[in-house]
Amino acid sequence: MTSLVRSTRSLLLLELLNGMRLTLVEMFKKPSTVNYPYEKSPLSPRFRGEHALRRYANGEERCIACKLCEAICPALAITIEAEPRSDGSRRTTRYDIDMTKCIYCGLCQEACPVDAIVEGPNYEFATETHEELLYDKQKLLDNGDRWEAAIAANLAADAPYR
Amino acid sequence: MTAMPKPAPTTLKASPDNPHSFTMNFGPQHPAAHGVLRLVLELDGEIVERADPHIGLLHRGTEKLIEYKTYTQALPYFDRLDYVSPMSQEHAFALSVEKLMGISVPPRGQAIRVLFAEVSRCLNHLLAVTAMALDVGAITPLLWGFEEREILLEFYERASGARFHANYFRPGGVVQDLPDGLAEDMMAWSRNFHKTVDRLDKLLTNNRIFRQRTVDIGRCTAAEAEDWGFTGPVLRASGVAWDLRKSQPYDGYEQYDFDIPVGSNGDCFDRYLVRMAEMRESNKIIQQVLASLPDGPVRVSDRKVTPPARSEMKTSMEALIHHFKLYTEGFHVPAGETYTAVEAPKGEFAVYLISDGSNRPYRCKIRAPSYAFMQGIEFLSRGHMLADLVAILGSLDIVFGEVDR
Repeated sequence: MTSLVRSTRSLLLLELLNGMRLTLVEMFKKPSTVNYPYEKSPLSPRFRGEHALRRYANGEERCIACKLCEAICPALAITIEAEPRSDGSRRTTRYDIDMTKCIYCGLCQEACPVDAIVEGPNYEFATETHEELLYDKQKLLDNGDRWEAAIAANLAADAPYR
Repeated sequence: MTAMPKPAPTTLKASPDNPHSFTMNFGPQHPAAHGVLRLVLELDGEIVERADPHIGLLHRGTEKLIEYKTYTQALPYFDRLDYVSPMSQEHAFALSVEKLMGISVPPRGQAIRVLFAEVSRCLNHLLAVTAMALDVGAITPLLWGFEEREILLEFYERASGARFHANYFRPGGVVQDLPDGLAEDMMAWSRNFHKTVDRLDKLLTNNRIFRQRTVDIGRCTAAEAEDWGFTGPVLRASGVAWDLRKSQPYDGYEQYDFDIPVGSNGDCFDRYLVRMAEMRESNKIIQQVLASLPDGPVRVSDRKVTPPARSEMKTSMEALIHHFKLYTEGFHVPAGETYTAVEAPKGEFAVYLISDGSNRPYRCKIRAPSYAFMQGIEFLSRGHMLADLVAILGSLDIVFGEVDR
């Protein structure tokens, strides 16, 4: 009996028709894709994207050249040189990140005691050449200025968990 | 129409004397080669006589690299081994360091780790099952599988900040607590996850094409599987109910109620069935964890191991000193050695860690389940058609990140 049922099913292509019915039903459902780059998926406040160096509200750069990020970086992507400024405060003279070495682990922003280096929400920084991804201090500070509103909102949202 | 002349049956090995024999490269750029697999095949017509896997195309020297990193710095490299299930790798390393240091993770930290280890298992099996279906000709399951993976990767991102390279499990717990609302969203997802598995089930399990391509292909007996060091779904498909989560539970797996699915034939089809069943079991564990998620800290409070909270670091001098020490020198692990294994989605993933008492591992040997499967390709595919080799590869679920390391 079971073999008869099985042969009938096999002859009628039932399992194939079932599969086709399933895919046909799927066709009329709302698509789950988004129309990138016009639509984007939401990001969490913890997202680790392109780096930025932040400033205080008065325009003073936050980084005090403690070099914790340089020390923790597993990929050795960060290079820092520092000396006292004319007003006596310690600041970086050089802050380079090789974005092609970086593994986006987030340890630099975890290590930073003054929230200066952060991995911001930007993930659209692909370039055509390698050199463009060797970020210097100016580029990182510019990133910070451009993304400050989003970065500050993310840090505030994530503050209770850090 | 006249029948095609059959190739003359031959018992000759691949050699210049056999007109049907030839040697060819399978991969490393072939889309069915799952990354950078290169097989040198000796074929007799379309029959595989010998399959010689060549490895090393993705070798990054992870094991050696780790010897020059502190324990904190070494952790992100584990995400990059089996990049289909990143957190399971981190789990093995975190557990091995904890074992050497003799610390135990708070209950909430353990629960979160189990939660994400099982999410990783679903991530991995969704890809493994649907990519295998793609290899034998079914495209739709892959698209559905990726839709579901996208949801899971969003959970990853909300917890850790990255979709793949999470750097989330740390020695002593997890780096941050789950954000508000994530547990509820995961519960809502897990209540509906069985529907996705059902849909894949309907599309594949009884499909005659899928069955013809997988049933009795690449059979492996229990004894063979054990001899070749197979673990995970491939071993269980051969009928051995071996699962480290049951046999040597870690991080509180003994509290959760789940079954070990086993197959009977050890062929490609059984491996597929075992993975499908494991997704359902994982979902059971996820629901149990979420229903009983304990309160409390997510990592140990020992300031010699885990850094203080940022609010504390900014107000307390002592906390700041701990912060600086942990992010420059890192923590020291007492001298000793350990072999710590976890049941990763692909099988037994283990770390053999030797510490000389300094802040960096003296040696870190990584035992990757896929490496054992690579050796098995030879005996699994011998005598099968070239097209069956692709099904076998898909069913073994090899990822080159962990084979080459």
